[in-house]
Amino acid sequence: MQNADAFNPSLMREPKDSYLTNGYSIKSWLLTKDHKRIALMYLISISVFFLMGGLYAAAIRLELLTPNTDLLQSATYNKAFTQHGILMIFFFLIPSIPATLGNFLLPLMIGAKDLALPRINLLSLYLYWIGGILTLYALMQGGVDTGWTFYTPYSTTFSNSYVMAVGLGIFINGFSSILTGLNFIVTIHTMRAPGMTWFRLPLFVWAHYATSLVMILGTPVVAITVLLLAIERVVRVGIFDPAIGGDPILFQHLFWFYSHPAVYIMILPGMGVISEVISNFSRKKIFGYEFIAFSSIAIAVFGFLVWGHHMFVSGQSIYAGLVFSFLTMVVAVPSAIKVFNWTATMYKGSISYDTPMLYAIGFLGLFLVGGLTGLFLGSVGLTVHLTDTYFVVAHFHYVMVGGQVIAYLAGIHYWWPKMTGKMYSEFWGKVSAMLVFIGFNLTFFPQFILGYQGMPRRYASYPAEFQVLNIFSTAGASVLGVGLLMPVVYLTHSIFAGKPAGDNPWMLPGLEWRCQSPPTTYNFEEQPVVTWEAYEFGEENGLDIEEARRSAGSPVTV
Amino acid sequence: MQTDWIPLFPESASSFSWQIDALYFYLIGISVAFMIPIVAAIFWFVVRYREREKFATPEEIHGSIVLETVWSIIPFIISMTIFLGGAVVYYTQYRMPDDAMQVYVVGKQWMWKIQHETGQREINQLHVPVNTKVKLTMTTEDVLHDFSIPAFRTKADVVPGRYTYLWFEATKPGTYHLFCAEYCGLNHSGMIGSVVVLEQDDFERWLQGNAASQTPVEQGRDLFENKLGCASCHAGGSGQRGAVLENIYGKEVKFVGGGTAIVNDEYLRNSILNPSSQVVEGYQPIMPTFKGQVTEEQLMALVAYIKSLSGVDASATAPSAPAAPAPAPANNMGSNSNQGGR
Repeated sequence: MQNADAFNPSLMREPKDSYLTNGYSIKSWLLTKDHKRIALMYLISISVFFLMGGLYAAAIRLELLTPNTDLLQSATYNKAFTQHGILMIFFFLIPSIPATLGNFLLPLMIGAKDLALPRINLLSLYLYWIGGILTLYALMQGGVDTGWTFYTPYSTTFSNSYVMAVGLGIFINGFSSILTGLNFIVTIHTMRAPGMTWFRLPLFVWAHYATSLVMILGTPVVAITVLLLAIERVVRVGIFDPAIGGDPILFQHLFWFYSHPAVYIMILPGMGVISEVISNFSRKKIFGYEFIAFSSIAIAVFGFLVWGHHMFVSGQSIYAGLVFSFLTMVVAVPSAIKVFNWTATMYKGSISYDTPMLYAIGFLGLFLVGGLTGLFLGSVGLTVHLTDTYFVVAHFHYVMVGGQVIAYLAGIHYWWPKMTGKMYSEFWGKVSAMLVFIGFNLTFFPQFILGYQGMPRRYASYPAEFQVLNIFSTAGASVLGVGLLMPVVYLTHSIFAGKPAGDNPWMLPGLEWRCQSPPTTYNFEEQPVVTWEAYEFGEENGLDIEEARRSAGSPVTV
Repeated sequence: MQTDWIPLFPESASSFSWQIDALYFYLIGISVAFMIPIVAAIFWFVVRYREREKFATPEEIHGSIVLETVWSIIPFIISMTIFLGGAVVYYTQYRMPDDAMQVYVVGKQWMWKIQHETGQREINQLHVPVNTKVKLTMTTEDVLHDFSIPAFRTKADVVPGRYTYLWFEATKPGTYHLFCAEYCGLNHSGMIGSVVVLEQDDFERWLQGNAASQTPVEQGRDLFENKLGCASCHAGGSGQRGAVLENIYGKEVKFVGGGTAIVNDEYLRNSILNPSSQVVEGYQPIMPTFKGQVTEEQLMALVAYIKSLSGVDASATAPSAPAAPAPAPANNMGSNSNQGGR
């Protein structure tokens, strides 16, 4: 890949000017206001955090191969699962799709030159870095062992680990989220190209609008909570610690008031990606556009009313438990609507099996399981038995990894040609999609059974009767790990040795496919005017399909 | 419900565990009923409508209000049945019976300290008779814990600064896992034990064989009359300075400056620790705090004693167990433990 590259014709054809060639100095990156460069820097940063979080996951799974604590002692194990959670949730999942794909694509999709507030966008990235570095510093100094939930009074009084430093890291990182959300909302309201009405917006944009609402309204609450935690730890004012007059349940209310909606910060953008991929790779207008768009908003709104379902056994009143259980059931409906619409979209389509579509179909299966097991956990009497067991671990990994991470991978593969101008290896892409799907199920499905058997989560050692299923889970995790590492390799390779992708490799109608790949700094040569509805695939939208077919070779028959 | 034949299925050993199992199977049934048509449709579409011509433009279909309505309403109705099922079961699990045998539980990093109403103490083990309702009154000396018995399909968090409750009626003799299910620090996964369910006779023998110390009520009376000196203000007939405690349990009290409360375990506990936070009308705020002077176990005993003054609680009618003063180690078990560095 090194020597051959010098003569690789694809490199010769490197686009005349693109956002990637507009300055090569470090300064031109660090002081850029270009949403695409910022998105790329986010992409690299979150990948680093994902890798670190993944290493912790590997350590956890290896320790759980045997019932006793042999690889990791309890102290190390407790830090491993805490840090796995903190890195994955705050520094990978929450920024994953919005900060990379959202940042890159939102202006392209609505026909804008950039986000409405480019400097604020750069500030978000710096806040993310500062929060991340502070957290990494704390982890290297000795880490935290409180669980990512930071439940009091353990986190305020009993844990000697670096709770405050990590809290500060999360606090700062929260502002990155808030500013990104703010930026998106302003952009979507004010920067749409002429003719780009609200109901012509790609559903990816709707999903990001809903996500941004949650970011703006929810994140300040976690900031306040961390601040209260700091006040209690440092000044000893009784807020959460009963020994000095506080209430530990109050912390749980505040924490979940943010952290449940945060689940929707994580999954809604993934749903947006899946709407795009399924519609575009079936070459079919999305079924029930308005229902998918408004179900995103409904999820964002109802998502704020269900935090108490994390506290069914916490000692809150049983009537509160009933109300939260009811609302949890209500929030299941918009998710079901989305799944039905995605499936119906494929009806009578022209479905290709390209890598993004394989990931998206995998998403449908895994999200179904994740969503349905959410009903188990929303059903309050059943949750008394299931909560704090591996059933919960399996459920949220089905939603967070099976849903969000797979949607993220679908999106990265889908827009990779646009972001880099290069095509990755379709073969290796398909192999990775398969491995991720199989490895994921093998890892997490046994955990549902373990959960019903009663194996508690956050246990460094466990009774021997649970071992067999844990071995399955660890074996699956190694397959999953390989599947997740492969894209790092072949995507990186494609940057240097991939075939040029062309501006619109799949002949898709979205605005992001009507500019150069990779785009120029200001995205569009001239102001685009939108005269078509979202997801219309015919030639009347100005797509030269005949020409594309000719250059792609003979018509395919699969 | 017979579940023994199902592979990888946990033992079901309480009076309500069949309800949780039934709900679980109902949900599995619903999940399968949803999964099969959707996954079948996806496979069918993916194969039937695969790309036959590159960049084809299939006919547009915009959507269907009828379908959208149908697939909104059906999931809503089904989710409501799940909600109702869960609500009924939750009510069974968390509404405490009045006629249960009392057991007191104090969690601390990383052990369970348990005392029976007849005085016997155990650590990380709970012996209970079969087919008898057992009610646990629980609190913790330090951080959150959770008393979880998977075979009984129930659990509850144990929260510092307040009492939480759990009840069950075991239906099968045997030994079952007891887990701490709420993360509590370093040795969380070591905070495990067992619940031993015995036949009635065996349980009686077990009680006899474990020489009991004072019962909680006796221990509470001892603290009240001798060790803490509560009696000097609270037991002097009409002239006493402190509140009259006889028959106070379950009554409503009015506070100076407005507000009322029902006298329950929580209220009594708080009155001992923070007396000035809730001064009852007609009394002066002169009671000193006992915070730091009583352990959680002593508080439970005091509450049990004060309740007995109102004639409440099963412990008042408990069979008299050997009441001879027990050897000191059993009596002091853990009660001098540190308070977690406060």
